[in-house]
Amino acid sequence: MALARSLLAGEPGAFDRFVETYRPKIFQYTYLMCGHREDAEEVAQETLLRVFEKLDQLREPERMKAWVFRIARNACFMKRRKSTFAPTHELSLDELMPTFRGDGEERKLEIADWSSLPDDQAIRSQLQRLLRKTIQELPDIYRAVILLRDMEELSTQETAEVLDITEDTVKTRLHRARLAVRKKLDHYLRGGNGEPQ
Amino acid sequence: MKASDCKEVFALLSQYLDRELPDDICQEIDSHIADCPPCIQFVESLKKSIELCRECAPAEEPSPLPEPARARLQAAYEKALAERRKAEG
Ligand SMILES: [Zn+2]
Repeated sequence: MALARSLLAGEPGAFDRFVETYRPKIFQYTYLMCGHREDAEEVAQETLLRVFEKLDQLREPERMKAWVFRIARNACFMKRRKSTFAPTHELSLDELMPTFRGDGEERKLEIADWSSLPDDQAIRSQLQRLLRKTIQELPDIYRAVILLRDMEELSTQETAEVLDITEDTVKTRLHRARLAVRKKLDHYLRGGNGEPQ
Repeated sequence: MKASDCKEVFALLSQYLDRELPDDICQEIDSHIADCPPCIQFVESLKKSIELCRECAPAEEPSPLPEPARARLQAAYEKALAERRKAEG
């Protein structure tokens, strides 16, 4: 937010700092949403250009991040119309739920032991790789939400504004995206290869 | 405790962890989870999975910004600043 203010005030160095901070973020979004590096580079550059061109229209600097992602989202959308995209399939909650084994007092979840996870750096970086791959493979409506909410840490309201959907839809899609990621990582931790079960 | 109760809890867990649920529902979930080992286990796994996501660094960096592209951005920035100053008087 301080960065947004200094950019708007025209402070020395603000332009460079803004480009340095936001360009990788925008690129991550366009790359995950477009899928191709070249397209993503092009759309990221278009986004930055539009951000600067429209800068005089930004009224609330505290909303800079959501405003920038909104522009990125529109730029991706324009690009995408030129190519063909597979129709989105909905993730069903049931399929993402863990299964139970046994019943009554003995009832257990078929799930990995996650409790030792924070300590093991090697497993953690392995999981990060798998995580990125899993997010890339999510249907795009889920991918956009988990990227904005969990990776960029926008609020539910900001994410709804960026994507032009209701807050309830953000919550539903986020939960399904998280469950899908959790399931994939869980499968890996149980000794699977991270491929679909 | 029935598996169906757990599934109801599972369905609300993101909103629960994000503190987006009304207080009374939150308390119901708290009291269910308190003595339900499968839910404790599942919450733990979901929390850690979200944590991993939050600390996930971008897989791909953009290539270095070419000088002409930077110059275009800078020109657009300066133009917008000038407009803004004009509007502010
Ligand atoms: Zn339970």
